Amino acid sequence: MTCLPTHTERKLGLVIDLDTCVGCHGCATSCKEWNTGGYSAPLSDTDPYGADPDGAWLNRIHSYEVGDGADSRTVHFPRSCLHCETPDCVTVCPTGASFKRAEDGIVLVDPDLCIGCKLCSWACAYGAREYDPSHGVMKKCTLCVDRIYNEHLAPEDRVPACVRACPTGARHFGDLGDPDSDVSKLVAERGGFDLLGAFGYKPVNKYLPPRERRDARTVATDKTPQKQKIAAPTTAIESLFSWVDRALSR
Amino acid sequence: MQDRATAKTSTSSARTSEPDAHGVVLSENPADRIEKTTCYMCACRCGINVYLKDGKVRYIDGNRDHPVNKGVLCGKGSAGIMQHYSPARLKAPLKRVGPRGSGEFKEISWEEALQTATDWLGKVRAEDPKKLAFFTGRDQSQSLTGWWAIKYGTPNYAAHGGFCSVNMAAAGLYTFGGSFWEFGEPDWDHAKFFMLFGVAEDHSSNPIKIGLGKLKANGAKIVSVNPVRTGYNAVADEWVGIRPGTDGAFVGALIHELLRTQRIDIDYLVRYTNAPWLVIEAPGAADHGMFVRDEKGNALAFDKRSGALVPAEGPDVVPQLSGPVKLPDGRTAIPVFQKMAERYLGEEYSPERAEKECGVPAATIRRYADEMAKVAFEQTITLDVPWTDIHGRRHEKMVGRPVAMHAMRGISAHSNGFQTCRLIHILQILLGSIDCPGGFRYKPPYPKEIAPRLKPTGKPGQVKAGEPLPGPHLGFPTSPADLLIDAAHTPQRIDKAYSWDAPLAAHGLMHMVITNAALGDPYPIDTLFMYMANMSWNSSMNIRDTLKYLTDKNPETGEYKIPRIIYSDAYYSEMVPYADLILPDTTYLERWDCISMLDRPISEPDAACDAIRHPVIEPDRDVRGFQSVLLDLGARLKLPGLVKEDGSPQFPGGYADYLVNHERAPGIGPLAGWRGNGDSFGKGAPNPDQLNRYIANGGFHAHHLPPSQRYFKHANKEYLDWAASVGFRAADAKMTFQLYCEPLQAFRLAAEGHGPVQPPESHRERIAKYFDPLPFWYQPFEGTMVDTDKFPMHAITQRPMHMYHSWGSQNAWLRQITGQNRLYMSRARGKELGIADDDWVWISSYLGRVRCQVRLMDGVNDQTAWTWNAIGKRKGAWGLSNDAPEATRGFLLNHLISELLPAKGGGYRYSNSDPITGQAAWYDLRVHIEKASPEAIEQSEPRFEPFDDPIGRGHPDVIAYGAEFKRARR
Amino acid sequence: MHPAYSVILFTTASGAGYGLLVWLGVLSAFRVLPADRWLGFTGLAISLALITVGLLASTFHLGHPERAWRAFSQWRSSWLSREGVAAVATYVPAGLLGIGWVFLERTDGIFALMGLLAAALALVTVYCTGMIYASLRTIRQWNQPLVPWIYIALALATGGLLMLALMYLFGTTRPWFSILTAALVGVALLLKQRYWATIDSEKKTWTIGDATGLGKHGQVRVLDFPHTQANFVMREMGFAVARNHAEKLRGYVRLLAFLVPGALCLITLAPSALLGTLAALLAVVAAGVGVAMERWLFFAEAEHVSMLYYGRPAA
Ligand SMILES: Nc1nc2c(c(=O)[nH]1)N[C@H]1C(S)=C(S)[C@@H](COP(=O)(O)OP(=O)(O)OC[C@H]3O[C@@H](n4cnc5c(=O)[nH]c(N)nc54)[C@H](O)[C@@H]3O)O[C@H]1N2
Ligand SMILES: Nc1nc2c(c(=O)[nH]1)N[C@H]1C(S)=C(S)[C@@H](COP(=O)(O)OP(=O)(O)OC[C@H]3O[C@@H](n4cnc5c(=O)[nH]c(N)nc54)[C@H](O)[C@@H]3O)O[C@H]1N2
Ligand code: SF4
Ligand code: SF4
Ligand code: SF4
Ligand code: SF4
Ligand code: SF4
Ligand SMILES: [Mo]
Repeated sequence: MTCLPTHTERKLGLVIDLDTCVGCHGCATSCKEWNTGGYSAPLSDTDPYGADPDGAWLNRIHSYEVGDGADSRTVHFPRSCLHCETPDCVTVCPTGASFKRAEDGIVLVDPDLCIGCKLCSWACAYGAREYDPSHGVMKKCTLCVDRIYNEHLAPEDRVPACVRACPTGARHFGDLGDPDSDVSKLVAERGGFDLLGAFGYKPVNKYLPPRERRDARTVATDKTPQKQKIAAPTTAIESLFSWVDRALSR
Repeated sequence: MQDRATAKTSTSSARTSEPDAHGVVLSENPADRIEKTTCYMCACRCGINVYLKDGKVRYIDGNRDHPVNKGVLCGKGSAGIMQHYSPARLKAPLKRVGPRGSGEFKEISWEEALQTATDWLGKVRAEDPKKLAFFTGRDQSQSLTGWWAIKYGTPNYAAHGGFCSVNMAAAGLYTFGGSFWEFGEPDWDHAKFFMLFGVAEDHSSNPIKIGLGKLKANGAKIVSVNPVRTGYNAVADEWVGIRPGTDGAFVGALIHELLRTQRIDIDYLVRYTNAPWLVIEAPGAADHGMFVRDEKGNALAFDKRSGALVPAEGPDVVPQLSGPVKLPDGRTAIPVFQKMAERYLGEEYSPERAEKECGVPAATIRRYADEMAKVAFEQTITLDVPWTDIHGRRHEKMVGRPVAMHAMRGISAHSNGFQTCRLIHILQILLGSIDCPGGFRYKPPYPKEIAPRLKPTGKPGQVKAGEPLPGPHLGFPTSPADLLIDAAHTPQRIDKAYSWDAPLAAHGLMHMVITNAALGDPYPIDTLFMYMANMSWNSSMNIRDTLKYLTDKNPETGEYKIPRIIYSDAYYSEMVPYADLILPDTTYLERWDCISMLDRPISEPDAACDAIRHPVIEPDRDVRGFQSVLLDLGARLKLPGLVKEDGSPQFPGGYADYLVNHERAPGIGPLAGWRGNGDSFGKGAPNPDQLNRYIANGGFHAHHLPPSQRYFKHANKEYLDWAASVGFRAADAKMTFQLYCEPLQAFRLAAEGHGPVQPPESHRERIAKYFDPLPFWYQPFEGTMVDTDKFPMHAITQRPMHMYHSWGSQNAWLRQITGQNRLYMSRARGKELGIADDDWVWISSYLGRVRCQVRLMDGVNDQTAWTWNAIGKRKGAWGLSNDAPEATRGFLLNHLISELLPAKGGGYRYSNSDPITGQAAWYDLRVHIEKASPEAIEQSEPRFEPFDDPIGRGHPDVIAYGAEFKRARR
Repeated sequence: MHPAYSVILFTTASGAGYGLLVWLGVLSAFRVLPADRWLGFTGLAISLALITVGLLASTFHLGHPERAWRAFSQWRSSWLSREGVAAVATYVPAGLLGIGWVFLERTDGIFALMGLLAAALALVTVYCTGMIYASLRTIRQWNQPLVPWIYIALALATGGLLMLALMYLFGTTRPWFSILTAALVGVALLLKQRYWATIDSEKKTWTIGDATGLGKHGQVRVLDFPHTQANFVMREMGFAVARNHAEKLRGYVRLLAFLVPGALCLITLAPSALLGTLAALLAVVAAGVGVAMERWLFFAEAEHVSMLYYGRPAA
């Protein structure tokens, strides 16, 4: 059913910390590895050892440079489905293969219903849907729906594969509909934001911005620190030695 | 965890996997069996859970209990399935049938392979064992391979450390008995200011990532010193885009500032360092610059209280740190501290001077010194943990200076790396931040004696036909008498380690072996035996000549100049076609391995840890674990220790047998955990159940240190006593930090004409200059020897986090992420040279030129170009098709890096290495960059003939891995 | 957007087919066309063949054509599904009209109703096709109110040209129909010109800074793509046509899809039946090529917002 639920009980999603992500691709390959055998299996790869290797990946890591000169910085930017609240990717689907779960807001594609018309990928603003040409169906981030409720996994492992793998702890998972959840608090505290917020799809996933850097502009150095007078080397040596003598006889 | 155990024992779970309302199966059992072993997609050695389903690997995740990765997994480790099922895997032993380099092979049986190797090796051993050069690469079994080489009797053994990071290891071990690299790490939990020098990925791949995450969460400030701002360096608060090779100038200026502003931990210096030790000041004398010692050899300090010279390491010395001291013999001596002050307070180390060299503004350098000092001295960390020092004094608290540092190959891979690394250690020590809360922390078995007492073996007379070597190959010389040279100064090792070329070559010089062997300098060899090193490609400098050396023939005999090459690889790498006999290894999921305390263990600061790998999946090819093969060869060669008295193999059960039953010293074996009846750590009789205990515990053992032993390990009595009891250190090992490195002075004195072993005339100036006992900064060699107007730019490489050297490219997933590398340079420089994004350029050094494609960026020092390491591939290797982008558009800088420096007066060419340790100077490269003519085809150069492909290029057009699990579900 | 040939063929052919069906239905109902069996057969055959070929072509690009029937289920939310339903529904009155016209030679009464119904459903179908594109907020060049009307106008124009050619072939010409068709072509041209003017002048709404949320820290530039080889999204959404190339193509479209057919329509007014027939046939060919080009451009000029992540500064 491709009509969107009017309300979802929970809004499960990811919070991705752009201040901490080092761009290691761990989340991307872990995602691929779990999901190629999971709900959307397989995530095929074409020409895997040839000239133009390509494959279905549900999570990809971009790298950007932002700003110029002294203000510029490098930002690694993981991108996957944001499990939007009001996305057109679901409503455009002619078959009912795309759907948004009323219980937790996860947006899924049923690989057994999908006809591979690709319209949903046109409707996604975030490039988050990936067509699998050899399987002939659309794939997308499942929020690891087959992990997060999986009773065969230890409770602490019932999180998405990407979150489980991330070595820096830059990825968080939880209910963004619950203002008291850890993820909601993190978003509030760190000024988490929506991608293309004004676009209107209301992404559930949130991004935490790079923190304000502590550098020359923000670190207060003593303007006139004691003993900072530039002295001739010999004087500096003598002064150091007398300081040492004093320090040691304390 | 509980649940995993259930999953492991029950083949089919009782729980049903019913689809929910949408037809989604929410709770399917992902595994028939979960095996815990150790990852080997890189040398970081994380603990992994391998999910096996229907006889195939379904998934791999991190072991949460594991000391290294604590559950997380990196980009490589998470792509293990594609590594394990790579079409480039070797399938059976191979014998070369075409010319070397062609790739024409014939599959042979293991019996034939082992017999051939035994014949070749047996003959060499009987005639002249040094004609075997046995070198290993990225493996982690050096305690086995080294021991085997001792028993064989060749002096020519080392692993890859000489081209990797021996500068770091040696500088640390000669200074404070530990090192960055794998021997220690920052106190991620407590550090408040962290400075990272020259690291893109490191061996501590996941620990650094976890650590950075902690620093971020704790609000610590991170400063990265690196010509390139990517990866770790991108998340730093401040990026110092330093000019390559100039960190020594930068750090020297920080030291200058700390001394000038009198913000150093003087108590720490007195307690733990040789700052008060007296240095003889008698220019021209044979002991000038050596420590004043008593008859027992104790270094002396001037005790202010008693007004006498006393052993400096005694308990209650109140030493004098400055001012000349009159010695009984009438000469004068000066405390180390004074020598340091005189050097680093000099104009040469002023921030203004440093700015000229490294490009970091003097004001910024001052600010960093100020910030560090503030954190170290005003934001101290205090843990309420009592501990006892070596003198038996109890301290109620552990007080720390939360300034931490870490450095790797950006420092190490320069010809000034040893001294630069020593400068960084001096900086740490001045701040009092070695092994204190918030600083740098040792990982057991470190700290070791400073420097480790081991001396290299292989002097003339120590190598005898048919006999083992009397000691280990690699050690830590403290005077010229320890060198492996003969009376004519001829190096005794094929790589010239421990000769005047590289006196402290603690890891050997693997990058010189092929060149030296082919040139017969210092002597020709018969057999080159290598393991896990792609020496015909990304791990050699000057590839074109390396290939020539591998294929050159002796015009008289028609034989190859390196007559026989035996090689063990698991995959069809570029090295395989250059070997005569291939011993195919298994993948990491198919074999036993050991990450031993005798080698490079996986300890963390709070625990001594080692680990194993065990076969979790059966090989489907005719391959064998190399270590078992090596033991088999040893038994066939009847090497002592490898056969029983009756001549039968000592370890008929292969490597697993050896792991349990081999004893290096009584009670000490490859694995430290569960010895004896199962409850001894470190020392104890072999325990037949030991491997099962490892497997049951997730493949590793961790001995946790009590809180009182966790810091100040170099001076912590409880820790040091324990470490001695388990064999980590000699009980009488000296642990005083060596700010002033006396062994270097011993070499320098020899160069000045003192002592029985002196360098030949041609080496004197070099030794005298670089063996400065106090670290100093100098220009890396290449930049001083080539015309820098012609080659104005620096060129360096970085490791991509998701690729491991050459072997990531066979991985169908990883190669999608990076299938081609680019040459990155600054937008400003691009503009100046008329080069736009995506343009093809020529990058040339004095050795040659490479064509490649450019990407412009901001976050790079504008005198520097860089690229990802080891992405470029040769056609025919790695099971890739000949039009793979790695081969058509990828490139290596290795074509531009010479293994030898340009000739200087006399025509002798030193290796392109650090003059002290022999560490390969990969990052000294100077280049010129110009736009390629637009007519040029858009392909990289140089290109080489494609190899024949003996393994059959049966690779698929499509991979749909996992479809089988889905089908099985239906 | 990547111009998929199957989709270009589909919309061009089925557009013309539905357009023709509209004219057949309406003109037969109002007796402008005679209830001649052969005219009915030829007209409906051409129309339904174009529609059917188009619909089949549209299933070529499906990953699972055998599951295409599932596409009828989501008409409540999906324009694609609605289009499918309408397309199939159109066959019913069109078929009934055919029975009357071809077998009974009757186009009156219930058959006239069927003709009008078929025409209405054909228009609905084309409208749905247009709305598939026009409803996509992710592509500014498509998400324009004019888009479905251009689809309709072009369907009516190309269908009209086909009708005109048929009239000439069957000797049932009406000068006013030539004028009407020329006028329709003119209207379509005006709409298209208006459309181009709009998409050219409109300010781009979204920037790479909005997409990444990093805009407040400065200008955002791509350092590295996630993968070194192009992926599905880049191939599908990343197709871009050079500005000057597009200008040139617009010129050809103007010429072939509008000016030439329009002029030829007027030439059909010339007294010579042969000239008229030739002109009408030529107009069909020109418009066919022109509209196919127009569709190609419609894709090629469309910029998908997701490409912001791949370095497009704005969309
Ligand atoms: N330009 C440039 N060159 C460099 C460097 C640089 O920074 N820049 N870095 C240098 C450094 S530090 C290093 S350590 C070297 C690394 O270079 P190498 O030591 O050559 O490392 P790899 O390329 O990983 O090649 C190791 C070989 O081991 C094989 N192998 C993989 N797994 C197994 C296995 O399980 N068993 C066996 N038997 N073989 C296996 C692989 O197939 C490959 O042939 O490169 C050096 N080269
Ligand atoms: N993913 C992955 N992990 C690996 C490996 C791998 O191939 N892939 N290889 C392993 C091996 S063998 C090794 S040796 C380690 C090496 O690990 P790293 O030490 O991280 O080695 P590199 O990638 O060579 O990174 C060197 C860094 O130093 C910078 N640099 C170069 N010159 C200078 C300089 O003069 N000053 C400063 N401050 N910085 C400089 C470079 O920009 C780069 O960021 O990684 C190990 N881990
Ligand atoms: S590709 Fe599949 S999921 Fe997407 S719109 Fe078409 S049928 Fe629905
Ligand atoms: S990110 Fe794209 S695919 Fe995911 S819900 Fe939003 S619009 Fe749909
Ligand atoms: S939630 Fe699961 S499917 Fe989505 S990106 Fe993470 S690992 Fe991939
Ligand atoms: S695993 Fe974590 S650090 Fe690595 S790319 Fe993904 S989010 Fe970034
Ligand atoms: S860092 Fe990655 S590749 Fe290396 S051992 Fe750990 S998980 Fe494996
Ligand atoms: Mo290395």
